[in-house]
Amino acid sequence: MLSALLTIIRRDLLVAFRRRAELMNPILFYVIVVTLFPLGVSPDQEFLSQLAPGVVWVTALLAALISMESIFRQDFDDGSVEQLFLSQHPPTILILGKVIAHWLITGLPMLVIVPLMALLLYIPQQAIPTLFITVLIGTPILSLIGAIGVALTAGLRGGGVLLGLLVLPLYIPVLIFASGAVSAAIEGLPYSGHVAMLGAGLILALILSPLAISASLKISMS
Amino acid sequence: MWAWFHKLSSPKYYYEWSGKWLPWLGGLTILLSAIGLYWGLVVAPTDYQQGESYRIIFIHVPAAWMSMFVYMVMASAGFVALVWKTKISEIVVSECAVIGAVFTAIALVTGMLWGKPTWGTYWTWDARLTSELILLFLYFGVIAIYSSIEDKRVAAKAASMLSIVGVINIPIIHYSVTWWNSLHQPNMEIISDKPSMDPSMLYPLLIMAMAFKVYFVWVLFMRIRNEIISRERATKWVKELVTAS
Repeated sequence: MLSALLTIIRRDLLVAFRRRAELMNPILFYVIVVTLFPLGVSPDQEFLSQLAPGVVWVTALLAALISMESIFRQDFDDGSVEQLFLSQHPPTILILGKVIAHWLITGLPMLVIVPLMALLLYIPQQAIPTLFITVLIGTPILSLIGAIGVALTAGLRGGGVLLGLLVLPLYIPVLIFASGAVSAAIEGLPYSGHVAMLGAGLILALILSPLAISASLKISMS
Repeated sequence: MWAWFHKLSSPKYYYEWSGKWLPWLGGLTILLSAIGLYWGLVVAPTDYQQGESYRIIFIHVPAAWMSMFVYMVMASAGFVALVWKTKISEIVVSECAVIGAVFTAIALVTGMLWGKPTWGTYWTWDARLTSELILLFLYFGVIAIYSSIEDKRVAAKAASMLSIVGVINIPIIHYSVTWWNSLHQPNMEIISDKPSMDPSMLYPLLIMAMAFKVYFVWVLFMRIRNEIISRERATKWVKELVTAS
């Protein structure tokens, strides 16, 4: 079972690596959207540093959302998803493999980009480790929840806007706890409670969402 | 008991069964809301802090309760729809989404109207208000996915799945008051020795809550019947029903 999981991860990473140019897109999107905030609001240092925890996380949510579509879209159209269900291994494990691979492609770069862009928004240095931890725990939750939405809309044409409508409300707890932790760290307050809630969310999502994704994919295929 | 539930999931039997309930539900709704509104708006004393404006709670609080209750009904029906694949529970999901969204909107609008004289502002980004708004978004999501899939049975299944996933949000709404410090008053404790609300205001509120609940069942039954007729229009019993009347 573990080897099946690893095979799926390796396969998805290989497919993604063959289309190297697309790997950069979510990162570029992230950088551009964060750049819009000083331009649109104010370049004032103090103001931006107050805004920073929210901005970096809202943008992370949007970047996760737009990169989500690629997780099942192509596999759904060419029939690979059906093969997952025909396999002798439990589909939840294989689906978890796909989500892990997708996170490695789109979430892992965020570990570097988010703290970097936060520094550009003058976030105090002492908050950077906290920000790093929240990105590390938070972005897998975004991938796990987002995959449910993609699985539900996989059979639809132009499911992009609909996906945002379905998934963004479910992302809100992640946003609240992650940006809350960063804000607390800036103020020098204890933030372990927020991080613990994020961790609990990750465990819950890891257990439940593969079940939900596989049920949703089955609905979309029917 | 199980056999009866099984029978109830057949559209034809459900249609006949629910038809007998409609006049009772409608009558009870009118009776309860007449008593509750008269008691709440006329008989109940004026609040010593908020004056007359507090009276909107006789609409606001039942609507807010219903907004969460309907979501639970929808998610439970969604679970039944996914596990036992019964047609009626699928219809319950899609119809609950619309009714629940309306209750949520009523709760939000009445809350804003109450907030203006009491807090001095229509809207504040307080935890309770925000969670209610998110609940409305969740309802919109369910409605959106249901209406964007052609095949109504597949659409109902997708909506069921989404409503089950969204149930995670319900505890967040409930505990948000304790999680975040907020302007909103803490949840009232009704089942305790010393209720925080005077009985002269509490009883009409509970009657209004009952009225809203019965109203929900009434409207739900009517909407389900409507949907059954539209979905089963090709079947013999619907044709006979239409030509007979």
